[in-house]
Amino acid sequence: MRISKTFFIWFISIFTPSVVLAQDGAGKSFDQVISEAVAPIIYPFVGAVFSPMPGSEAILGTAFPWILGWLVIAALVFTVYFGFIQFRGFKHSIELVRGDYLDPNDAGEVTPFQALCTALSGTVGLGNIAGVGVAVAIGGPGATFWMILAGLLGMAAKFTECILGVHYRNEYEDGSVSGGPMYYLSKGLSERGMAGFGKFLAVFFAICCIGGAFGGGNMFQANQSAQQISTIIPFFADKGWLFGLIMAVLVGVVIIGGIKSIAKVTEKVVPFMAGIYVGSALLIILFNIGSVGDAFAAIINGAFAPVAIAGGAVGALIQGFKRAAFSNEAGIGSASIAHSAVQTKHPVTEGYVALLEPFIDTVIICTMTSLVIVITGSWIPEGADGHLAGIALTSKAFASTWGGFVYVLALAAVLFAFSTMLSWSYYGLKAWTYLFGEGATAELVFKLLFCVFVVIGASMSLGPVIDFSDAMIFTMAIFNIIGLYILMPKVKELLRDYQSRLAAGEFKNVRKGG
Amino acid sequence: MSEIYVVGVDGSEGSVRAVQYAVDQAFKTNAAVKIIHVLEWSPYTFLTNEELAERHKRRKQELERAKTAIIDLVVKEINEQGVSIVGEVRYGNIVEQLQQYCEELDASHMYIGRHGGGAISTRIFGSVPGALVQVSNIPITVVP
Repeated sequence: MRISKTFFIWFISIFTPSVVLAQDGAGKSFDQVISEAVAPIIYPFVGAVFSPMPGSEAILGTAFPWILGWLVIAALVFTVYFGFIQFRGFKHSIELVRGDYLDPNDAGEVTPFQALCTALSGTVGLGNIAGVGVAVAIGGPGATFWMILAGLLGMAAKFTECILGVHYRNEYEDGSVSGGPMYYLSKGLSERGMAGFGKFLAVFFAICCIGGAFGGGNMFQANQSAQQISTIIPFFADKGWLFGLIMAVLVGVVIIGGIKSIAKVTEKVVPFMAGIYVGSALLIILFNIGSVGDAFAAIINGAFAPVAIAGGAVGALIQGFKRAAFSNEAGIGSASIAHSAVQTKHPVTEGYVALLEPFIDTVIICTMTSLVIVITGSWIPEGADGHLAGIALTSKAFASTWGGFVYVLALAAVLFAFSTMLSWSYYGLKAWTYLFGEGATAELVFKLLFCVFVVIGASMSLGPVIDFSDAMIFTMAIFNIIGLYILMPKVKELLRDYQSRLAAGEFKNVRKGG
Repeated sequence: MSEIYVVGVDGSEGSVRAVQYAVDQAFKTNAAVKIIHVLEWSPYTFLTNEELAERHKRRKQELERAKTAIIDLVVKEINEQGVSIVGEVRYGNIVEQLQQYCEELDASHMYIGRHGGGAISTRIFGSVPGALVQVSNIPITVVP
């Protein structure tokens, strides 16, 4: 779909004022100028996205953002509608990823394992390290409980969106494919006689996806990795922009220069890094084994306690749900873009594979971070460290057992951030080309903007970055989930078809020989 | 039924010599010769989003290129001698695929060329003939 040139220029001008404004900040640090320049644009938007549900304050005692209710209710609806598929289908998901159903004649195609790893490299990012630090700092240990619950429910949302991504993708003559929410919203709703509405949702989803790519997929990652690096290299402490510039050059070399080897190396290291991160967390838990009981008590009590740090149990729930959604992206629609490219015998297999992502991302990795923060008692504010949040809190928790973990964390942070940025640059680009058409110039403009946002993100303070990141990513969910509700009967139809064909032995289990 | 000889080819001069040698042997025993080229591939390699999206297209191109640049050239050269041979391209681990292909065809003999890699590279990366000799159930001739 092509959008007019005017819209293209408007779009760029909306997203780049900070760069222009950043030049007239005499007497202030570069980082401060950037923060102040973007705040007036970010806050009205953030305020609207996170406005409380009417009456929530009176009923719950604290303001409950309507957007969280939107996400959680959707995940719950999909869970019930598909008969708790994330639990019933878990074994089948493992079998698919393990390659039990791989047809030897399809060797050379993308395997379910590869699709899972690629999608995970986009979601396992700083949301798992820093996001959890934010959740526990604000919501208390109880946030962990709600985070896990949100992760488990989110599996059904991922299942739904990834099946639709494959089913409604565009396949071109040269064998390449384009898919994701933009396509299922427009094509799927068109099938149901809602072509105009579908196109409306698709366009607005694409706009938000670009914003999400600049926000959560870029600025948040740059910001938090800059912060962690400055703890081990103090030189960067007030020079976030310089770190951002270095990261921007590296990202630019890959996405503009096409130097794939850097991306390959990073993304090969990321799974090991994730392993080292989880291993380190397990070690810390083991060192503090005596506190595990108390930690779990704090998590459960915090989740249901009438009074906790901010707003009681509801405060914990808000933070848990918010950070889980931000980390695993279930219901957001991003993973559907990655999964839709996979050649499968049936779209439903991608749903089964994708439902493992929130499990690995949130139920395993985020929970590890959270347990470390709670077990080491780092979340309890003390002295000058009283206001630690985000990666600084996670770092303090890791360092409390062994100082060297700060370096492990810094390395993990930079690598996770880099791989997440590369994944989101792809998601953003797909949305961008959906709006502006494919072409070298349009793509280059997006890629250059993406690099600029790395610098902006690394320069700003955490508050505005995280608010903007959240708001953009959650806005994607508004349009995506409307489409998911309308199209979920289609997913059920596909699921029934798959299950009956599976039972009939059409998809052979190579391992069992069935 | 006549015997089947399988030759693993990779486009190198060594593999062309192996095919020629196998054809000469097959001529004496009235055996059929089948050639196979394996595109090294692992189901666990990490792919970037772009690679994921392009995989299906690339696979088609890789199969096509392997067929025209490796298999067809050898087949044509041998056909010109008045001998008919057929070839196949597969994805996977070279050693596993060669062995599996022989089993599927119930081949009686395997021929492969020798690359002549240095001692160090062989120690680090291993060699296909070396690995095949370890696992094969049928005789193998390594053609220098």
